Amino acid sequence: MPLKTYGNTTVDVDAEGYLTDFSQWTRTVAEAIAAEEGFAALGPAHWKVIEFMQKEYKENGQVPSIRRLNKSGVASTKELYELFPGGPAKKAARIAGLKKPEGCV
Amino acid sequence: MRNLVILGAGTGGTVMASHLRKRLPRGEWAVTVVDRDNEHYYQPGFLFIPFGFLRKKDIVKPRSKFLPKETEFIQAEIDRIVPASNEVVLRDGRTVPYDYLIVATGAEIVPAETPGMLDGWGDTIFDFYTADGAEALAAKLKTFSGGTLVVHVNETPIKCPVAPLEFAFFCDACLRRHGKRDKVDIVYVTPLPGAFTKPVAAAALGALLEKKRIRMVADFNAERIDASARKIIGYDGREVPYDLLVTVPTNMGAEMIERSGMGDEFRFLPTDPRTLRSKKHENIFALGDATDVPASKAGSVVHFQSEILTENILRAIDGRPLEPAFDGHANCFIEMGRGKAILIDFNYETEPLPGRFPFRVFGPLPLLKPSRLNHWGKLAFRGIYWRLLLRGRRIPFVPSRMKMTGKKRPAAAPGA
Repeated sequence: MPLKTYGNTTVDVDAEGYLTDFSQWTRTVAEAIAAEEGFAALGPAHWKVIEFMQKEYKENGQVPSIRRLNKSGVASTKELYELFPGGPAKKAARIAGLKKPEGCV
Repeated sequence: MRNLVILGAGTGGTVMASHLRKRLPRGEWAVTVVDRDNEHYYQPGFLFIPFGFLRKKDIVKPRSKFLPKETEFIQAEIDRIVPASNEVVLRDGRTVPYDYLIVATGAEIVPAETPGMLDGWGDTIFDFYTADGAEALAAKLKTFSGGTLVVHVNETPIKCPVAPLEFAFFCDACLRRHGKRDKVDIVYVTPLPGAFTKPVAAAALGALLEKKRIRMVADFNAERIDASARKIIGYDGREVPYDLLVTVPTNMGAEMIERSGMGDEFRFLPTDPRTLRSKKHENIFALGDATDVPASKAGSVVHFQSEILTENILRAIDGRPLEPAFDGHANCFIEMGRGKAILIDFNYETEPLPGRFPFRVFGPLPLLKPSRLNHWGKLAFRGIYWRLLLRGRRIPFVPSRMKMTGKKRPAAAPGA
């Protein structure tokens, strides 16, 4: 299992850079992953999405789909694409320290 | 008398009726199946209709014909499930009480979920996930003289995730046979990052798309369709123009599940992925396309689930613990056109891998690689479906749990 160091925190990640142990996640790690993904900074709207995803994951073990985020009222699909350009579910999940959304087979 | 009620008489509902009618004592248990119509479609046949290989009448039979004797078939629209009182309410006001309930109401396409999609419906926008849609598309393809043909997946999950790829391969093969391949650009538009969800198969199938000059537009999520300008507009601002759009619209579970307040955002029923019991209700179970389990929405999956679900329902009735036995196993043939097909075999943990699938009599079938043997396998399956699968008989050679025998993991593949 690869390791990755963000600042002074070392975390376990999978081949695509998703955390494999959520207990290692901190806000600082999230900000470092965001920087790696090309975000200048994470604003309150980003955090709202990230925290909702983490809450959903804790409650039912699944990374929520974009449709779920949209329906929950956290952010519309359009807003999600503006907040996390190029793949909101994947990028937000990675920053949130969750596994890659399954996208289903 | 106790009641086992099955909602939906498609693949899952019919197989469960076949299994459970055999296993539940007739004097003690009534088995009731509810469906809104009496037309059972062999859904893998839809793919063949647009190309004139099959017609609607070739793939439809009465649902009632495949239900075992001493099963009551109620043909009625379901209004909702009321778990609090263990009953199903029908649209006509009747109620059907149950001791155990199996939800097998499947998934359907919902083009209205994408703004603008219905504007061009039946004109320049078509589906092949319904018999009528596939027939309309067959008529359209006959007169399509050339231009950009876009094969589009709107949103995942969809039923039979490989069907749109097969459709694109068939288009390429048919156009080549008629000497018209140069007149048509085939574009494959998907919300996934590649041709398939899992890396090894995505690479193999992506290479085949490229070889057949089918251009892939990946990571594309449609915000809306401008039917008058004939283009799909993505959330990220990208646009894909088309002359003919063959789309797989958003797939959702039955509206009845939403009316019952039991569905997720896709109207799929939250279901334990290993035991197939509802996550909320002890006496409700589900299988097939109606569930939210992260397995393929495919007939083979329903077949594998049905054997495990039968045992689990009998365990539940006897008050024994359920066995978390379902491993997500799927086994799918992917038609390539020109008499060849690819076979993939996978589950929750193991992605489709190359190698050989053990198959007595004819010898092993190659995995993840086009072959004639696989094509014959796919054609033979239509007969197997009606004669064996729906009647709950064992399909020769294919176990409900996946086996690693014959599979080879490429050195570069992650997650060994």
